Amino acid sequence: MAYSDQARVSYQKELEGIREEGLFKDERYIHAVQDAEIVVEFPIGSSLKTVINMCANNYLGLSGHPEVISAAHEGLDHRGYGMSSVRFICGTQDIHRELEDTLTDFLGTEDTLLFPSCMDANAGVFEAVLNDQDVMIADRLVHASIIDGMRLCKAMNDSYKHSDMGHLEMKLEEHQDRRYRMVITDGVFSMDGDLARLDEIVALAEKYDAMVFVDDSHSTGFIGRTGRGTHEHFDVMGRIDIITTTLGKALGGASGGCVSGRRELVEMCRQRARPYLFSNTVAPVIVSGALRVMEIISGSTERRDKLEENTLYWRKLLTEAGFDIKAGESPIVPVMLYNAKLAQDVATDLYDEGIYAVGFFFPVVPKGQARIRTQLSAAHEKHHLDKAIDAFRKIGEKYGILGLGKKELIEKFGM
Amino acid sequence: MEDLKQAILDYVRMEYLEEEDDREVDESTPLISGGIVDSFSMVSLKRFVEKKYDIQIPDADASPEAFDTVDSIVALVERFRGP
Ligand SMILES: Cc1ncc(COP(=O)(O)O)c(C=O)c1O
Repeated sequence: MAYSDQARVSYQKELEGIREEGLFKDERYIHAVQDAEIVVEFPIGSSLKTVINMCANNYLGLSGHPEVISAAHEGLDHRGYGMSSVRFICGTQDIHRELEDTLTDFLGTEDTLLFPSCMDANAGVFEAVLNDQDVMIADRLVHASIIDGMRLCKAMNDSYKHSDMGHLEMKLEEHQDRRYRMVITDGVFSMDGDLARLDEIVALAEKYDAMVFVDDSHSTGFIGRTGRGTHEHFDVMGRIDIITTTLGKALGGASGGCVSGRRELVEMCRQRARPYLFSNTVAPVIVSGALRVMEIISGSTERRDKLEENTLYWRKLLTEAGFDIKAGESPIVPVMLYNAKLAQDVATDLYDEGIYAVGFFFPVVPKGQARIRTQLSAAHEKHHLDKAIDAFRKIGEKYGILGLGKKELIEKFGM
Repeated sequence: MEDLKQAILDYVRMEYLEEEDDREVDESTPLISGGIVDSFSMVSLKRFVEKKYDIQIPDADASPEAFDTVDSIVALVERFRGP
């Protein structure tokens, strides 16, 4: 037998180890459409509970939007369920190209190529455009999928301290002997909610002859005055060479991602990016829904404006209640607790109070940086946030953490 | 030997510690398993010692364990620098 008892026992031990470290991930079953309030079965087998959702990437509240759903139905009726093919054989419909053109317009780039996911876009893009004569210089907090993509690419890799422009400049200087340099960053960092300093990054890249890559998965649709993304916020549209982003968060939240940017770079991906070449095309239903999403967000800034209001309101409520939050302007609002156990306990108690927010700790965030990450949505109404802050205040009082800063929290609970 | 240790320590502090970072790093601090250097940014450390001491460390020897403390990095460099 190939799966020996020895193998089974060793995997069981490893899984037990994950559990003992407190890193075991249990799924929660959601018996509802994704929304500001959801019906959850957790732990599995327990009775259903309605909670306020503060951990979805449903930033614009479009994941269950009736117009998006009806557009998806139309797509299903007119273009079918699946394509049973990769893009370049017989998996490209007119609507795939239409969506790519729409994304190009929206992002202000030269061309766009859809991928099965943004994870796939990031996994494929570097290898498709860089080789061993080049160097990739990444912010140290970029998303895991970028790290994977960099690992698959033969270019030299290097990194700079998170958002440290002096360090980045040093690295750019150091690598002047390479053929091409590419600076790689997230637009909005998913764990801290802070924005990359794209204006400064672009200026440095222009000074030291480097390309700029931005993963705007946590920005597209709502960051910037008309929601184009981080590059709009920093007024550097047209000066980013590659943008990757996802359809799996603000843009309807189904699945799919893209590489958008300089025409030749996008074409190199069409010719060479392995996840594009060797994985099935995005389903017509999703393409059709996403087209409607793009129409909604191109026609009006109402949803991103509401998200912005909710974000300001929520940040104000948390600050007034005496929580230590990471400053910033994105709808990702981390409530800092520093201690891993405390973060887990607070998240559990919040859930009991009907608030679903997740605690993050090492290795997802650096040691001693444990937190509860809250995420806002345009689907939230004021009353949701008022109810949520009541729960946060109650639990904050229980642990005596209100009004405490970083130093006091660490003194009281340890790192 | 002491110079080597000091040079690597200086590099680690400059390259991996943030300004407000008050963690102490000495020659026996676990860098990778301690979460100071992630296994991905370890490459710049490898490149630093290779360049500075004009050596080549084969990938098979450049394990996260070998790079986990300044002491183990010193040992690694000495091994490849020869007697
Ligand atoms: C910054 C970033 N990039 C890429 C991804 C992956 O996106 P997708 O779900 O489309 O694979 C995520 C999602 O977790 C992300 O946060």
